Amino acid sequence: MTPALELRNLCKTYQLRHGGGLFARHSDHPAVRDVSLILPKNQILGLVGESGSGKTTTGMMAMRLVEPSSGQILVGGHDITALGHAALKPFRRQMQVVFQDSYSALDPMMTLAQIVAEPLHIHGLGTAAEQAEQALDMLVKTGLDRSYGSRYPHELSGGQRQRVAIARALILRPAVLVADEPTSALDVSVKAQIINLLLDLQAEMGLSILFISHDLSVVRSLTDKVAVMFQGRIVEEAATETIFTDARHPYTSSLLEAIPVLNPRERRARRFMSRADIEAATPRLSGFGDSGGKPELVQIAPDHRLEAILQ
Amino acid sequence: MPLLDIENLTVSFPQHEGVVQAVRGVSLSVAAGESVGIVGESGSGKSVTCMAVLRLLREPPARIAADKMELAGVNMLTASRSQLSASRGRVAAMVFQDPMTAFDPVFSIGHQIVETIRAHRKVSKPEARREAANLLARVEIKTPEAILNSYPHQLSGGMLQLAMIAMALSCRPQILFADEPTTALDVTIQAQILQLIKDLQAEFGMGLIMVTHDLGVVAETVDRVVVMYGGRVMETAPVQDIFDAPAHPYTQALMASIPGRTPGKQRLVEIPGASPNPSNPPPGCPFHPRCAVAEARCAAQVPAFKAQSAARAAACWRLP
Repeated sequence: MTPALELRNLCKTYQLRHGGGLFARHSDHPAVRDVSLILPKNQILGLVGESGSGKTTTGMMAMRLVEPSSGQILVGGHDITALGHAALKPFRRQMQVVFQDSYSALDPMMTLAQIVAEPLHIHGLGTAAEQAEQALDMLVKTGLDRSYGSRYPHELSGGQRQRVAIARALILRPAVLVADEPTSALDVSVKAQIINLLLDLQAEMGLSILFISHDLSVVRSLTDKVAVMFQGRIVEEAATETIFTDARHPYTSSLLEAIPVLNPRERRARRFMSRADIEAATPRLSGFGDSGGKPELVQIAPDHRLEAILQ
Repeated sequence: MPLLDIENLTVSFPQHEGVVQAVRGVSLSVAAGESVGIVGESGSGKSVTCMAVLRLLREPPARIAADKMELAGVNMLTASRSQLSASRGRVAAMVFQDPMTAFDPVFSIGHQIVETIRAHRKVSKPEARREAANLLARVEIKTPEAILNSYPHQLSGGMLQLAMIAMALSCRPQILFADEPTTALDVTIQAQILQLIKDLQAEFGMGLIMVTHDLGVVAETVDRVVVMYGGRVMETAPVQDIFDAPAHPYTQALMASIPGRTPGKQRLVEIPGASPNPSNPPPGCPFHPRCAVAEARCAAQVPAFKAQSAARAAACWRLP
């Protein structure tokens, strides 16, 4: 089956400028290096890693909100990497995004009904009355009653704002949703509400979600599959429970090691790995060819990819 | 005598639309060397409680009242400016969530730590600087000299947080207030900093108040837990009891809603509704609108904070 979203060898290099004027020097800073990912239809794929690992840049490239330096983006099997503004517009309907900070993502001058109806307006779908009606329905679907339609973003709590952001993203009935840390800024008691909402809507609407997060506990409850990013590369990818029970990459292990225990009895002294320790502990595999001493991402089981030095 | 002793603390902020009641009758005591976690969501009053104790809130607008607010025997309600300056840093030090805004951007890290040391003790600059370098080494910074010469913008969030902990420890405080010290940091760095705070607390025999919204942080670091909601204390108990058998319905709901406890993609137990509005809190128990077991009297009257056993107490009508 054609995947909902496929990224092929995606790279993003930023140019850093040192000094100024005519004699400024430039250096390349690779933010994302050779990332290939498949998001199957009707699944939730977690993309985890620390800040600076390239996970948000990858998500933004998938949406064509950041231009890749090289590589391909396929939505529903169509290559959208090089499409211009007009040609891209029908695909924009199929892919939507929800950000971490719902406060800065919602226009403070618009009512919630206007905010949620705006994508319909942009894509010219239905009359104004139909758009307003659909927007109110969508608000109800995300757990806010119709009276919220006439309210403004500042009247809402963080959790409610995130519901509005989700309603706006889903009103076009997209095939793909990129959710970039949508629960990170929320209170503990509200986080579970938003996770449940995403799970319910995913099942109901047949959504495919790329869920970007640094919170492995949330990822465990929400995703089918997890890809781990480290320094711009994917170093491991597997079914979610495999990641939690059979992680092979030292960086994945160090992320798992860092999850706080949820029982004081299990407190333990931890072993921390520096970046250099992790690089040095890159797994070595034989029987997969020879990668010439450099790490390479290989398929080690039907549903498990690992970056290793092949020898 | 407890090191920190608070009885019936209220903190409010009068505003145009009405009075924001941030803290509504909090009682809390911490013994020397004890580590206590204050758990709550945003708006629960946990940070404001700490700021009020150290008198770090601007008054006005803040209004602080209490039957008692003593830190190491000093009445913090009536303390003079010089008494407060003497207490801050030496008796109690604080580590904030965002180290970037806690450091002054125009001075080097070294300058700021040296200044702190010399504000409290009569030592020469070179001596203070040597001490600062030792402190940075103690918080596991590998290149203390380089960090001393750096400015805040040159360092990562994790490195700055370590430097702030070093600065907080520079006057050997008897109690450390850590307000969400790891929330802004990456998970791997978070675990390291928690470990470090625990080690230092044991080594210095220092009291610790860990303010956090994260039950995992509490499970990792403290002996006793105070759960706050809507400006009030809901429950206090030894940390193991809180995780084994939470008594208050709010604590129970919070525990049940933690993601990732069991394998597999699954819906979580959610707490309906949202946190109370601090300028218009519900009458009675602040949690009653979201509580699954609320009764009529929960909305009518605030439940008293009652001892359940020698070490435990909770404020709930349904508890004996």
